[in-house]
Amino acid sequence: MFVPIISKPATSLANKTGSWRTKEKPKFLQENCIGCNMCVNICPEGCIKSLDNNKFEADLDYCKGCGLCAVICPKKDIEMIGEDEK
Amino acid sequence: MKVFIEGSHAVAEAVKMIKPKVVCAYPITPQTHIVERLSEMVANGALKSEYVNVESEHSAASVVLGSTATGARSYTATSSQGLILMSEVLFNIAGMRLPVVLTCVNRALSAPINIWNDHQDSMTIRDAGWMQFYAENNQESHDLHFLAYKIAENKDIMLPVMVCMDGFILSHGYEVVDIATQEQVDQYIPPYEPAYKLDPQEPLTMGLLGAPDVYMETRYAIQKTMDETLSIIEKEEIEFEKTFGRKTPLLIEEYKLEGAEKVLIAMGSITGTIKDVVDELREKGEKVGLLKIVCYRPFPQEKIYEALKSVKKIGVIDKAISLGSSGPLHLEVAALMQSKGESKPVSSFIAGLGGRDIKPKTIVGIFNLMDKDPQGVNFVDLNKWYKEESAIMIS
Amino acid sequence: MQDNLFVSGHTACAGCGQSLAARLVLNAAGKDTIITNATGCLEVFSTGFPQTAWKVPFIHSLFENASAVASGVEVALKALGIKDRVNVISQGGDGGTADIGLQSLSGMLERGHDILYVMYDNEAYMNTGIQRSGMTPAYASTTTSPAGKLSLGNPQPKKNMAAICAAHDIPYSATASVGYPKDIERKVKKAISIKGPKFLHIFVPCPLGWRYDPSATDRIAKLAVETGLFPIVEYENGKISKTMQFKELKVVGEFLKAQGRFKHLMKDSPEIKEAINFLNNIVQENIDRYNLIK
Repeated sequence: MFVPIISKPATSLANKTGSWRTKEKPKFLQENCIGCNMCVNICPEGCIKSLDNNKFEADLDYCKGCGLCAVICPKKDIEMIGEDEK
Repeated sequence: MKVFIEGSHAVAEAVKMIKPKVVCAYPITPQTHIVERLSEMVANGALKSEYVNVESEHSAASVVLGSTATGARSYTATSSQGLILMSEVLFNIAGMRLPVVLTCVNRALSAPINIWNDHQDSMTIRDAGWMQFYAENNQESHDLHFLAYKIAENKDIMLPVMVCMDGFILSHGYEVVDIATQEQVDQYIPPYEPAYKLDPQEPLTMGLLGAPDVYMETRYAIQKTMDETLSIIEKEEIEFEKTFGRKTPLLIEEYKLEGAEKVLIAMGSITGTIKDVVDELREKGEKVGLLKIVCYRPFPQEKIYEALKSVKKIGVIDKAISLGSSGPLHLEVAALMQSKGESKPVSSFIAGLGGRDIKPKTIVGIFNLMDKDPQGVNFVDLNKWYKEESAIMIS
Repeated sequence: MQDNLFVSGHTACAGCGQSLAARLVLNAAGKDTIITNATGCLEVFSTGFPQTAWKVPFIHSLFENASAVASGVEVALKALGIKDRVNVISQGGDGGTADIGLQSLSGMLERGHDILYVMYDNEAYMNTGIQRSGMTPAYASTTTSPAGKLSLGNPQPKKNMAAICAAHDIPYSATASVGYPKDIERKVKKAISIKGPKFLHIFVPCPLGWRYDPSATDRIAKLAVETGLFPIVEYENGKISKTMQFKELKVVGEFLKAQGRFKHLMKDSPEIKEAINFLNNIVQENIDRYNLIK
């Protein structure tokens, strides 16, 4: 009898860590973005994706709201807004 | 082909024919001759293997864990301190269901440091989920390695196996051994094809955290597999005889149990001595016999019980002791008898610790002692000096 | 969209430097990589059965044997004839590498296996609750070296792991900080292009253990370097080949005041003055040893 504690790849995607956020979430203004990709590089969740050359967005299903992207953006094009704001 | 050979070299010859892709070595007396002979074979091209000299036994077991997980049949050997140093890894290997095989050349445990034979090392690891086989002589030391890989890699089993052989007595003793041929080994053991392995073409994660909701099931699975292995081993006895042309008991051996009233139960090389004593005593008309246990884990309860059905008195010789309680083998036999509602006496004899020689006359003495149904734990052949207060050695 | 090989859904703390570094390392190494990982934060938050955040083959065994398991993986790949197309990366935290894992790491380096070892240094045994390790810096407060009436925190400075590994005469040993993601990417790519044992020490701030707001991870990861407390260096074949230089270093106080684990140093007393002196001496030694000033 075999009960393997072995997993297929990327099964953690079932865990929507976006539910961890209580206070704030990142808003990508998409006004002054220069496409430097620093937000993509700095996200510990790897959940920031590019929609277009100068348009980026965080996947709120996984974003934990740490705010690193907002701090690092050289054009201040990311703002941390209240969790319930639009 | 029959050759006059040192036990450790007979093991090396067996391992060579099994063709492990990875051999890992860390020296400890009295196992070292095995890995030294294997390294010569690699150096001369007789064995094509990656040979890794590691920096501790903990790493030796870890290397074979990693290589087996990657899909390469692997081998290592150790004794005593080395075995218990790697004990954490041994539990890990069994828990991960990796078919690693290692040779434990049985040696006493420190302190005091002692390089001679007893079973304390492998006994201490009996809970780890490894199968354990004990060789009586060097033919068995040689043969049991073929069985070990065959059942470890069996897709219905996938559990690691330890082949135990008495240090110095077997490892350094010269005997005539019928060395198998490569054809026989190739016929008996198919190539290793793991169900799961580390492979970028098919990525998997191994060694995950098992929370309370899954952990117990993994232990249940190993226990169930151990149960199922007993019948698989019985089939292997037949398969083995067909392939290698010799009979070798893989679970238990019943020696002159027909009509026996007093039976000794033991494992390892001591069973050879006991067989001689049984022969002598039988000549004199004493109804004695030996039940030799080859497969200790899984513990072949039903077979042992059946073999002892008509025996009146049972004595168990342990070359180990669970300090504070009794001999491990004794405890298991006594519990087995009790669970079957038997009230026949099961006496405990602790012998041979730290390489203390067990002479034929000691076995005769034990058989005689059994007439009195001795209770408790009976240490055999203790020297008298320890009783004399003035004999505390300082200078 | 970046195709991450270390995906979301893992349970690292928000702002965790280690989870970021792991993602950067694996993206740089590529999908033909097998990872062995020591017990620690990274393994625990990324592989709780049945969930795993890894898209490459990954094995966790024990705390101190990641390097030995990796050695086994590497020789198996050689024996199977496929080592040329597979990277082997062994990973661990500072505790699992510099303390309990030092023996197996040294053995792996000495034997010359073609393995990159990455040490994620958050300067304490974080997974078990912020206990002091051999990589905890001087005067940091941890749960087993707390600051108190009679103590200013951890008395010993960090072990120099990059130098210890370089002393094995391996082809490449380097430090990096998660404040410089592109540098990490470059170093991982460089390391895996070299055959033989490689060591990469990555400085990864821990918001929970170091007591700071998660959004400051990047800033603190840069401050450690900019103050000269954590030099960014590369050793090749045992000798220093490159360091990250600055026109001027920031004062250590800037690094210390950003973290709660040093808040006991923010008062004034002769002992604290001595402590700050000690840290400044470390910086001076680093300046001299690594030629940190342009």
